[in-house]
Amino acid sequence: MVQAILFLPLLGALIAGLLGTNMFKNLGSDAEAYADHHAGGDHADHAHDDHHGHYEGPMWPMYLTTGLLCLGAIMSWIIFLGFLHEGHDTRIELLRWISSGSLNAGWAIRLDALTAVMLVVVNTVSALVHVYSLGYMSHDEHQPRFFAYLSLFTFAMLMLVTSDNLVQMFFGWEGVGLASYLLIGFWYTRESANAAAIKAFVVNRVGDFGFALGIFGVFMVYGSVEFQTIFDNAPSAVGKTIHFLGHDWDTLTTLCLLLFMGAMGKSAQFLLHTWLPDAMEGPTPVSALIHAATMVTAGVFLVARMSPLFELAPAARDVVVIIGGTTAFFAATVGLVQNDIKRVIAYSTCSQLGYMFVAMGVGAYGAGIFHLFTHAFFKALLFLGAGSVIHAMSGEQDMRKMGGLAPHIRLTWAMMLIGTFALTGVGIPGVGGFAGFYSKDAIIEAAYAAGTSPAMYAFGLLVIAAFCTSFYSWRLAFMTFNGKTNADAETVSHIHESSKVMLVPLYVLAAGAVFAGWYFEQYFIGHEEALFWGKALYRLPENEILHHMHEVPTLVKWSAFIAMISGFALAFLFYIRDTSIPKRLAAMHQPLYQFLLNKWYFDELYNFLFVRPAMWLGRFLWKTGDGEIIDGFGPDGVAASVAGVTVQVNRLQTGYVYHYAFAMLIGVAAIISWFTFGGAH
Amino acid sequence: MIGLTHYLVVAAILFTIGILGIFLNRKNVIIIMMSIELMLLAVNINLVAFSSALHDLVGQVFALLILTVAAGEAAIGLAILVTYFRNRGSIAVEDINLMKG
Repeated sequence: MVQAILFLPLLGALIAGLLGTNMFKNLGSDAEAYADHHAGGDHADHAHDDHHGHYEGPMWPMYLTTGLLCLGAIMSWIIFLGFLHEGHDTRIELLRWISSGSLNAGWAIRLDALTAVMLVVVNTVSALVHVYSLGYMSHDEHQPRFFAYLSLFTFAMLMLVTSDNLVQMFFGWEGVGLASYLLIGFWYTRESANAAAIKAFVVNRVGDFGFALGIFGVFMVYGSVEFQTIFDNAPSAVGKTIHFLGHDWDTLTTLCLLLFMGAMGKSAQFLLHTWLPDAMEGPTPVSALIHAATMVTAGVFLVARMSPLFELAPAARDVVVIIGGTTAFFAATVGLVQNDIKRVIAYSTCSQLGYMFVAMGVGAYGAGIFHLFTHAFFKALLFLGAGSVIHAMSGEQDMRKMGGLAPHIRLTWAMMLIGTFALTGVGIPGVGGFAGFYSKDAIIEAAYAAGTSPAMYAFGLLVIAAFCTSFYSWRLAFMTFNGKTNADAETVSHIHESSKVMLVPLYVLAAGAVFAGWYFEQYFIGHEEALFWGKALYRLPENEILHHMHEVPTLVKWSAFIAMISGFALAFLFYIRDTSIPKRLAAMHQPLYQFLLNKWYFDELYNFLFVRPAMWLGRFLWKTGDGEIIDGFGPDGVAASVAGVTVQVNRLQTGYVYHYAFAMLIGVAAIISWFTFGGAH
Repeated sequence: MIGLTHYLVVAAILFTIGILGIFLNRKNVIIIMMSIELMLLAVNINLVAFSSALHDLVGQVFALLILTVAAGEAAIGLAILVTYFRNRGSIAVEDINLMKG
């Protein structure tokens, strides 16, 4: 059954991608038509989802991929529910892949509770996004390609989460990177989309560089890339040092930090986060699937999977906590002032990923994965809801031009509210609440319970971030759905509720956003936690954070609740009661406002530090290195000198007999002289 | 007494005149042919002189052979010139540079 889950998406992607598209038919001709069509639809600064167009191809590629994914999702739930009751880890060997010297990398499926959770997350969201895209993309001319990419992404992601060794994981890791690149740049006639795709790819390479070094290091230290061997031998490396960059470092700390560098890139953590907001250039379903629910959580998954190593490297975990806490805070502050509806949610995703890493860092792996699980539901819900809003607004993404949409699209509004409730963690401690309430509060409590100084730093930032989360979520909801509409009359006249095929995925995700936390808490972090996770997540015997986190002071328990309520109250005051306050506040604190609006100037900083020197170096190597030196002395130089010599030689050939005869005479004279004076001896 | 040396000197002078006739003459192809003839005759003088000095008849046989070849060469050369003149209307040396690429 697992094999079927794994390879059905690949099958769908191949069939839809190779046979369903125009790949073998009229190559090129449709690209021009596409370019012509979209050329007029681009707006100057913001790229908007474009719904105008006609699709006249067969519908089977879309139905095929969607059907296969739904099948996979159902099977994933069966496996997952099986783990809830009686987990048994299995390992299914598919084939031997690399066997070179002592390096053995098989192609196997490692099925344990962690994998089962990820299977459910990936396949459920993917299947729902497929269904949603049937409606959302119904006007696009390149639907088969879109669905093939989506299925390809799902396959790569499944490969990643079921991997049995690091090399196989790296395959899936790069596979999702490729799919992400292809899908961000799906509307390839837009310059901004291409730039965003390249940016995502390049920034991820930075992280992947660290990840690859980490894999090499693990192989060097343990002589194997198989998870089981590494985990069994993990304690043997404690206290040893490794020579790296001309210095001796603690082995496990180095390895874990290198692996975490990969996780930072994929999960858009602080310093490597710049690609995630730009990735919103892709179609909205892609943002929901890849850049909210699944791919960006791969880093969290990686840390959870490598928990036996991270448990033994407390210094590395402190770094994880600090980076996670900083990301959560940083992204939340930036989210406060963004005006693009998708960018707000993107920064929210970034921030929530920071929460997950804090949980990982303090050793509460179950809590982190739990947040990953619930977050997938409500963040996909928010994204798809935003897509529905954008759909209704004929492609408008700027929240300043929305407002007062609630009466027009009541169902979408309701779903967005559920998503907002879940994201902000609405619930009463000790009683119950929405999904985010359980997982986010658990992380905040775990951060406090850990007690170390990095954890306290993270705790403070997380509470502030919870406040910001609540504020920007409600700001988004109020600006979009309440108040007076700011859209022009023509857009307003076109506002319409989305079709059933787009609403049904929202209902399903909303159900998850409401109940996932309440129902699964006992398994992920509650009483049955040890039984559920089994050996999938490793904790040192002395790591009892899951017990401590239930015994934190009452004030800590209520801190997230207070932050959530005050965020809501502030947003209500700013955007419902007196809408002039935000403008006055922004004018009063102009530097701070600009700082946040420009995302802490990270893009500008990176442009200055990396992009421009790289451009300069590239131009130098291109113009001077290649053009002047290599071409100058190489092909062009040789060709020029040959041409010069031939011109000279050419002038010798006059055509006059007496010149030729003279040359002969000189020759004869020379030969005779040589014979007479030289050769005679 | 006129010895071998005198013959050789005469032959060398004739040969040099022939060579200079080819190189210095820029006017007429017929003069080039006459110069070639002159050089061949210089060679003949050498052959005959050595033949008589060394009492070896082979040299004179060679001289006769060369005379025959020279006659044939002159005939063919003149024929080519006539044809050339008919085709191009000039046999000035300056104009004959068809061998230029």
